[in-house]
Amino acid sequence: MSENLRELISAAKTAFEQASDLDQFKSARLSHLGDKSPIALANRELSQLAPTDRAARGQEINSVKSEIAAMAQSREEELTRERDERILIEERVDVTLPTRVSQRGGLHPLTLLRDDICDLFVGLGYEVAEGPELESEWLNFDALNIPADHPARTMQDTFFIEPLTTKLVLRTHTSPVQVRTMLDRKPPIYVICPGRTFRSDELDATHTPVFNQVEGLVIDEHITMAHLKGTLDHFATAMFGEGINTRLRPSFFPFTEPSAEVDIRCFVCRGESKECRTCKGEGWVEWGGCGMVNPKVLIACGIDINRNSGFAFGMGLERTLMFRHGITDMREIVEGDVRFTAQFGVGR
Amino acid sequence: MKVPLSWVREFVPLPESLTPSEIVERLVALGFEVEGVQDFRDEIQGPIQVAQVLEIEEITGQKKPIRYVKVAASDERFVICGAQNFSVGDFVVLALPGSVLPGNFAISARETYGKTSNGMICSARELGMGEDHSGIIVLDPTQVKESIARGADAIELLTLNDVVLDIAVNPDRGYAMSIRGIARELALAFDLPFTDPINLAPNLPLTDNPGVTTPKLEAGADFIVLRSIENINVTAPTPLRMVRRLQMAGMRSISLAVDITNYIMLEFGQPLHAFDKAKIAGALRVRRAGTTKNLVTLDGNDHPLNENDLLIADDNGALALAGTMGGLQSEVTSETRSITIEAAHFFPMDVAKNARAHKLSTEASRRFERGVDPQLPLAASARAIALLTELAGGSYLGGKSDGAPATLEPIPIHPGYVSELIGGEYSHDVVQRSLEKIGAEVNSERAEWVVTPPSWRPDLSMKADLVEEVARIEGYEKIPSTLPPSPLSRGLTPLQKRRRRIAQFLADRGLLEVQNYPFISPETIELMGFKGARARTYKIANPISEREPLLRPHMVPGLIDAAVRNMGRGAKSMALFEIGSVFRAPETIPPPPELGTEQRPTPEEIAALYASVPDQMLVVGILLAGDAQADSWLGKARAYGWHDAIALAQEIIELTGNVGTVHRSDFTPWHPGRCAEVRVGDFAAAHVGELHPRIIAHYGLPPRSSALMLNFGALPIVGPTRVRPLSNMVPTIQDIALVVPTDCEVAEIIKALYQGGGELLERVELFDRYTGKPLAQSEISYAFTLTFRAPDRTLTAEEAGALRDSAVAATASLGARLRG
Ligand SMILES: [Zn+2]
Repeated sequence: MSENLRELISAAKTAFEQASDLDQFKSARLSHLGDKSPIALANRELSQLAPTDRAARGQEINSVKSEIAAMAQSREEELTRERDERILIEERVDVTLPTRVSQRGGLHPLTLLRDDICDLFVGLGYEVAEGPELESEWLNFDALNIPADHPARTMQDTFFIEPLTTKLVLRTHTSPVQVRTMLDRKPPIYVICPGRTFRSDELDATHTPVFNQVEGLVIDEHITMAHLKGTLDHFATAMFGEGINTRLRPSFFPFTEPSAEVDIRCFVCRGESKECRTCKGEGWVEWGGCGMVNPKVLIACGIDINRNSGFAFGMGLERTLMFRHGITDMREIVEGDVRFTAQFGVGR
Repeated sequence: MKVPLSWVREFVPLPESLTPSEIVERLVALGFEVEGVQDFRDEIQGPIQVAQVLEIEEITGQKKPIRYVKVAASDERFVICGAQNFSVGDFVVLALPGSVLPGNFAISARETYGKTSNGMICSARELGMGEDHSGIIVLDPTQVKESIARGADAIELLTLNDVVLDIAVNPDRGYAMSIRGIARELALAFDLPFTDPINLAPNLPLTDNPGVTTPKLEAGADFIVLRSIENINVTAPTPLRMVRRLQMAGMRSISLAVDITNYIMLEFGQPLHAFDKAKIAGALRVRRAGTTKNLVTLDGNDHPLNENDLLIADDNGALALAGTMGGLQSEVTSETRSITIEAAHFFPMDVAKNARAHKLSTEASRRFERGVDPQLPLAASARAIALLTELAGGSYLGGKSDGAPATLEPIPIHPGYVSELIGGEYSHDVVQRSLEKIGAEVNSERAEWVVTPPSWRPDLSMKADLVEEVARIEGYEKIPSTLPPSPLSRGLTPLQKRRRRIAQFLADRGLLEVQNYPFISPETIELMGFKGARARTYKIANPISEREPLLRPHMVPGLIDAAVRNMGRGAKSMALFEIGSVFRAPETIPPPPELGTEQRPTPEEIAALYASVPDQMLVVGILLAGDAQADSWLGKARAYGWHDAIALAQEIIELTGNVGTVHRSDFTPWHPGRCAEVRVGDFAAAHVGELHPRIIAHYGLPPRSSALMLNFGALPIVGPTRVRPLSNMVPTIQDIALVVPTDCEVAEIIKALYQGGGELLERVELFDRYTGKPLAQSEISYAFTLTFRAPDRTLTAEEAGALRDSAVAATASLGARLRG
């Protein structure tokens, strides 16, 4: 190879290396590979050579040219990469700037809990039954074996609607939904009844005149109290975590017989602390009520008691929510302070 | 029911080794909640002894009289005492140095008034035996008999070391409101023998001697016994032990006769009443008040009577409110020489009504309401006479009864039914033993047993009741835990899914859910401007707040309240929603049918029953107040406006699978020029817009606050969407600007464009709005993008142009023209 062609390579190499950005590089490439570059001129001069020399010279020029082109390409890639990296650095922002400038939404924690419970029972094959808040006395009381003179039917406990001849009350529990369900369909019945209920209590840390309940009702052949206990254990574990089961204590409700109070294993101390303030050292916390549906109720609803038996249970949603989230004052749930609800966020 | 364990131990030999918490645990397992345990052993510590007063030296010259007393307890010693109510020879209670009295009051020898006091003579209050502090306790040797001796342990003597359980009794277990009932439960709990306290009653015949008061049952009771006693000394003191027990049970000692009746009530469970016999004119009747006007009860209150109140009356009028409270006029006083003891079995409902009507929940009424053993009146009255004779002298005149105690119906039950209903193993043997433990008589000769409940268990009337007893006595902890068979479920209903979707959608859009009380005041309804059917709601007869006796006919006022409350706590902007019922009463509410509970109502009755409960709209309410986006580094704040509310209304309707059209409206509580009605078909699904400036000002809401209420519960349930094939052809876009009169509504223009553009007009979008030169004042220009697309071909420029012209032409009837 001739000396001058070799110099073209080193000159191009130097020029490319000296180009510190893509603009400089482009002019360097033009000078060393463009139409007016020495290599281009050398190529054009080929025609002036004797045909015998032409082939060899041509080969030389082509090889020099592709060597320069390769150098150019590699330098260009290098400079492009440098430029891209620089841009990325320059475009850096403070990603910690506050980005949520819109109003923040969220479901009420009672709604989240109600939906959770409904999903749990739908998974067990139940359906969700609902009914009106303004309800007939017969459905709210009589059909549930709470006769007209029962203390629960006094003005101290129940909101009555004027005139009293309408026999309308604000339902004191969601049990009238159970009655409606039994009147509307035939066994097998597996329903969960969430809803708002009313008792004429003043608002304080543990009472509210407007509250939410969730009740379950099962009517089928051969339903036993063991099924009730199993369902409650499953429910408690789903609500409060592994190891939290239930305890039944004999009790009295007009609409069930046998009846029981439902306690759950203390979710704070798990029954292992005598000093526990949540369960007062008893290891159990009262959660709700339950029992086998009183045959009198089944008869009033036309269920064949020789064929079917059933169980029912009921819990306060507020109380369940307090247990789950460590809320100590029921007023926080009902006062509608957006800061309270916002803690539960959208979804969870 | 407060139960001193020493009293229970008289009838069931509870081992001393049983701790109170072990007893509580068993009671809880049997269905008795124990609300408190008072262990006096923790509060008092001896030596506290019986002492006899030997000498008294009066110390004078002090602010109050003081005595220096020589007493003999286990030894002789001197003590200083400020009380004056004792004399030489009396037996008193002496706390010796080293003893501790309730309230952590440690006794030690001390120097005072120049003398050494080696202990303290105690008053009842100092011993935790009640409030009496008028003097020290002087023991009556005739009352406590042989236990009184110098140096005897006074803690034992006065049961200052008792344990008292406060037991909550469920309304079906009246029998447990007595020492008798609790002792029986504890006997079966620990498998111990039980001695029935009624054995304490002597067999005292009812003999109809002259002067014996005659009972006459006319209503409200099935059995009454009256026994009379004369020549008694009513001022005789009540034995200390009895006073102490009454006090531990939460009752005050009043007078011997009253104390005895109360003591027997606690012990047996049978409320008794002592009348001054001389004040009863003629026969003693149990009857309705009828025209009897009033009764002054023992507490001095004058009660106007209701026609149906159940009374005990004589020829002159009311003597007592039956089973509830005695009357002042016939009360036993210090003048009383003869007494008539009344023991009756009143019907629970009658006493409950008495107590409720006169707001008198008494020890007696609480027992009668829950059911008292109808066999008790004879024994309880006999024991009262025996105690009166013993403690107050007097001689038994005789007694009379009326009516007869009712007996309980036997219950047929197959013993296997227990296992069947509980789902565990309960052998015939276990079933029989459990039922016998509660006092039932079991006839197991046939396959179907016949179980007769004991007289004190009127709550046992069907086989399920017996199942509960067996399960309870065997222990609920033995009930297995299994899941029932898994049924077939169709999951949530379409309406339930809709409610969830709407709630989640709004939450995702930045709205926060609240749940307000559904109560409202008439003033708020007036302020909101609700009228006619929109204001007609229900009035609560007994509201929590007299100010808010109505049920909400609308969702927006509650949301405004919630916003105001939150603004009071510092919130500035709020986007709130609530889902729930609102209440609008029909002009007439159909009366409910009269229904029994012995059988299923007929289909007609069920229909009438459901019709008597008016529909309650299931709605979503929304309030948008303040900024949708706050001032931030991204730019200036954007305030919520009427259009945000309308957009939400439309989106919610679309979520339900329906299509909403927006129409101008003018409804309260909205701004008359900024209110829309969103219709689905002809149904007004929502009213929405900016709140009326008057209401915004009244509540101090942020300007331009907007609201909506949407009746999503009434929207049609739409089946699965039928999909249309998508066109892959390139759409043709045409922009147009139309000039219209300013009062022309855009919705009308868009509707016309769609009509004119035909099926190939895929979408119309408003992208600009212009007023001003060169338009006239009464004109406005709207610029739309029209997107045309055919399913099968790309439209030519000519075709698209023709379609556009056709769309524009359709707007001509609205006064529109193309802008130059
Ligand atoms: Zn605990």
